[in-house]
Amino acid sequence: MSAPDGNAGTGSAPAHIRVEGITLGYGETLVQQDLTFDIRRGDVFVIMGGSGCGKSTVMRCLTGLLAPWSGRVLLGGESLWELPAARRSALMRRNGVMYQSGALWSSMTLEENICLPLEQYTKLAPEQMRAIAEYKLALVGLAGFGDHYPSEISGGMRKRVGVARAMALDPEVLFFDEPSAGLDPLSARRLDELILELRESLGTTMVVISHELDSIFTIADDAVFLDAETKTMLATGNPHELRDHSPVAQVRAFLTRGEADQDAAA
Amino acid sequence: MTDTAPPTVDLHSDGEHATLVLGGSWRLSQRLPRLARAERLLARAPAATRLDFDTTALTDWDSGLVTFIAGLDQRCHERGIACDAHGLPAGLRKLLELARSVPQTGRGGHAMQPTPSFLTRVGSDALDLVQSTGEIMEFFGEGTLAFRRFLLGRARFKQSDLWVIMQEAGADALPIVGLVSFLVGMILGYIGDQQLAEFGAQIYVADLVGLATVIQMGALVTAIVLAGRTGAAFAARIGTMQVNEEIDALRTLGISPMEFLVLPRMLALIAMTPLLAIYADLLGILGGAFVGSVVGGITLSAYMTQTQLAIGWNHIIQGLIAATVYGAIVAASGCLRGMQCGRSAAAVGEATTSAVVTAIVFIVIAAAVLTIIFDAVGLS
Repeated sequence: MSAPDGNAGTGSAPAHIRVEGITLGYGETLVQQDLTFDIRRGDVFVIMGGSGCGKSTVMRCLTGLLAPWSGRVLLGGESLWELPAARRSALMRRNGVMYQSGALWSSMTLEENICLPLEQYTKLAPEQMRAIAEYKLALVGLAGFGDHYPSEISGGMRKRVGVARAMALDPEVLFFDEPSAGLDPLSARRLDELILELRESLGTTMVVISHELDSIFTIADDAVFLDAETKTMLATGNPHELRDHSPVAQVRAFLTRGEADQDAAA
Repeated sequence: MTDTAPPTVDLHSDGEHATLVLGGSWRLSQRLPRLARAERLLARAPAATRLDFDTTALTDWDSGLVTFIAGLDQRCHERGIACDAHGLPAGLRKLLELARSVPQTGRGGHAMQPTPSFLTRVGSDALDLVQSTGEIMEFFGEGTLAFRRFLLGRARFKQSDLWVIMQEAGADALPIVGLVSFLVGMILGYIGDQQLAEFGAQIYVADLVGLATVIQMGALVTAIVLAGRTGAAFAARIGTMQVNEEIDALRTLGISPMEFLVLPRMLALIAMTPLLAIYADLLGILGGAFVGSVVGGITLSAYMTQTQLAIGWNHIIQGLIAATVYGAIVAASGCLRGMQCGRSAAAVGEATTSAVVTAIVFIVIAAAVLTIIFDAVGLS
């Protein structure tokens, strides 16, 4: 497992995803503005911030679901939102997304959930697809659950299957929306470990949305902090360094559960 | 509850100094005095500038007393009366401070918004209408493109889904469609029989029931049953998928929900509604025949012969075209409302209701338009 202080992937590695001054919103409501950051290839990158600051909205933009009002998202050098729809769709397929609640298709078994992307985009024979599904389920520690329906397994397991499905097409980037939300501490920790193990073994770039400090300090190489009040980013960098050296009080307060401020006040 | 004393409040004043005497059990389960009562008491001491509390007779209290005192405190503040909280129980003083320290900026934007004026509402409704029309047009545009890709054999959806939906919407609806059609046929038969009996022309009940059923009623009854049964199910299903981010999961994989979810549902209903309508026609005619033979005294064979004479191919084709159009309307309304669904349980409920209402309104409009068109092209 890599050291959490950000040695892995740092240095001259090229940016895998480059976000250039994007401004996002729904209808007339501004969510976040002027976001600029790089996500290096092979890093675990955390988008952090308080509840309701627009973390998930940023992810919807990076995964091709929500067009930004302005700015560009470069995915491996290609500007996601300036491509024609067909090309964008092909680019999006190189991403895997794990949604907050798993978002498994409830009318299909776990195996069928993982096979669907394979059926759509590969010419594999059915038994080959089943073998791949079984292998992906084994990767997330759920071998033998292929015949279950999403409603028959626990929330933590659903998230794991969500990861397995996100990995179905061997993506270059894996997005995780609040992987530890709603999980008990042990399951949350196992999911964090899974993220690190997958990064270690597959070298996939990971983008994680989280507000769980334990999880952030365990997995993140690099991070961006979004603020709900000013509706923009306040800092980027390794969370450990941000906690100790960030000039911005809100960032330090967030990363220390507000204890730093109290110390300073005392 | 019988041995607890009811809550009491009273005010003693001597010039500038007033004392509020609280007694009994101030619990939410009691009939608590209202704030207006305290205001009336305060009004009796117009010269008071300082208020303190006497709680020696107070037996117990909960949030009921806290809110009362908090409200009183605010009124006193407005009248320039200083409240001296020392007479209150220590726990209550702490709770009051907590309630006061809540920042006022935290108030929700909803409460602050004034009720919009009539003109504002008309304006925003008009804008909403423009937007929803745009959404509907977009839906039909995407739907047409998906249908084109289907015709070219490039649409991505699961064949097994199509068969399952056809079964759920078609075969599983047979009992209810049959029952309703049979009863509608009987009703038409009764009404016809009563009127035609006056002329001794009961045999024409067969014409009346047969034509009405085949041209319009069979398709209409089927469509309305499907709107309530299948259209609502489509909206709820797709809406729930929207809530669970399942649609997002499809989109990020580059799978169009239009092709994957909407197309099979449209195809299934376009295929199944005419078949159900034929079945509804048969049962409707049977209903009419039942009344004709039992009430009208026509033999079954005479009734059927008369029906055969009355109905032509043009009538059957009219009914089938209408059924196909209605099927498309039911599927489109269900899917459209499901796709438009917001991300909450309440939104799924609204989507379902709206799907049925939209479907029925457009079915009736389509029925009227089709009748005019059939007449114009000489099918009727």
